[in-house]
Amino acid sequence: MKPGHGEVLLAEGDVEVTEEERALVEEFRRQLDLGMWAAVPLEDRTGRREAQIAKSFEDVPRDADRVIFFPRAAGGAR
Amino acid sequence: MLLALGATTIVVVALLWEIVVPRVEEAFARRRARRAVVPPSTPGYDPGRERRAEQRARELLRSCVNAEEWSMYRDLGFIRVWGTQAEGPELRSSTRGAPYAYLVYPHKPVVAYLPQTGRLLSEYCVEFPDETRPYGSARLPDSDDVLAKWMGLTGDERRLIASANMHLPGRQVDPKKVRRDLWRLRQWERERERIESRRDEQGGTVPAP
Repeated sequence: MKPGHGEVLLAEGDVEVTEEERALVEEFRRQLDLGMWAAVPLEDRTGRREAQIAKSFEDVPRDADRVIFFPRAAGGAR
Repeated sequence: MLLALGATTIVVVALLWEIVVPRVEEAFARRRARRAVVPPSTPGYDPGRERRAEQRARELLRSCVNAEEWSMYRDLGFIRVWGTQAEGPELRSSTRGAPYAYLVYPHKPVVAYLPQTGRLLSEYCVEFPDETRPYGSARLPDSDDVLAKWMGLTGDERRLIASANMHLPGRQVDPKKVRRDLWRLRQWERERERIESRRDEQGGTVPAP
């Protein structure tokens, strides 16, 4: 998610392909270095949906369709 | 006699000058401003960009949240997210273990409340600023803001709440509006239950209202 633009595709690839996984890891780290939070939307067995916050690439389930990066939360109007 | 009249005239003219000249100058300035050639708006600005961004954001939100939550947002303009902490939104919350929930509005504080009683607990003011552009950062589209709060609450409620500025209810969101929204939510849920029960009775599909 990019302020003023909405959803922007950053990278895509298959984690089973070494080169593509490396590119995904690099992009993941780059986004976290920029101060973004990463979340993986998930659906449990009951159909309930929730997000899983990923603090490192290892936190991302191998079968995840996508990781959404969004700006880090900060306190709003005081 | 003539001398006195002349002096009086000079004084009157001087006083009038003080009053009239600024007004005349202002009128000329206004006329110049009206006739000035206005340059075209910011080059490269696309007025449809934000609308398209919001459209994409709505699709993304829809693909992430539950069907009920999406319908809630589409119909009511906010999403209810249930709290998961045993002691309430914060360590010293006064919920005494009662279930609590949040109302998530776009670009407004998250409002925590007790569904059983409708009591408003607190407002959590949270934003998602673009840290690469600390000055004049653009906002997330409305639906992205809601999705970011939803992901924060369902993924790491404690961290999102800790990042927010907590205020008593009414600081930014009018409590009357929140109570009205809670009433609208109850009505909306009753209507959905009614449709579901009709669908079950008929064993088929019932058109949405």
